Amino acid sequence: MEVLNEIKFTMPSKSVNESTARAVVSSFLTQTDPTVEELSDIRTAVSEAVTNAVVHGYRHRKGDIELTVKLLPRREIYIRIRDKGCGIADVEKAMQPLFTTAPEEERSGLGFSVMESFMDSLTVKSTVGKGTTVTMRKRLATHGN
Amino acid sequence: MNINIKSAGGHAVAVLSGEIDHHNARELRTELDRYIITAQPSELTMDFTGITFMDSSGIGLIMGRSRLMNECGGSLEIKDPQPYIRRVLKLAGMDRIVKIT
Repeated sequence: MEVLNEIKFTMPSKSVNESTARAVVSSFLTQTDPTVEELSDIRTAVSEAVTNAVVHGYRHRKGDIELTVKLLPRREIYIRIRDKGCGIADVEKAMQPLFTTAPEEERSGLGFSVMESFMDSLTVKSTVGKGTTVTMRKRLATHGN
Repeated sequence: MNINIKSAGGHAVAVLSGEIDHHNARELRTELDRYIITAQPSELTMDFTGITFMDSSGIGLIMGRSRLMNECGGSLEIKDPQPYIRRVLKLAGMDRIVKIT
């Protein structure tokens, strides 16, 4: 995979870092001159993935969340969010719309649906007891220059 | 994240500004629930004009407040969400649950 530019950072699983992750991704992507809609889509997808790690991955303890953003050829954005939390026993079930294991926190169960809808591709790999890795890609429109 | 609630008659308007995510949805939920239970408005409008970001945490917030308003005999309206927030609302089917203007 040819990488034109890349950023990687690790943050503790504190909910306040949901906005930190959005801000870092937004700042990194300014070099690609995305449209407002593209940037909103990516920020929302990143927020969903990081929130999942905070709420579900590290539900019973704190840990680190690793965020990687890569700028690939042809204006493709690669994003990976990785935690070393409790993992997901049934990924397929977890990705079903409205499925949630945290209704008491008013989680809507739409996080993965939003990620799928706002990005071009979404891959979720998880191992119980070891953690979850969410990978998303989105190709930005060309501006005709 | 700021919230300012004004009321006239039985109609209350909660003017929101800032970002709605999992981190600050809890505070909003507490403020809104306290007001709904105390004031029992017949209509509550959540004014989204000043909301610059919302993920699915906002959906849970809206669904919960809609449920509480219904239990109290009232209704909820979402006013002036940004276009991309409308997409999140539509994806969640919120247009079938609350009035979006």
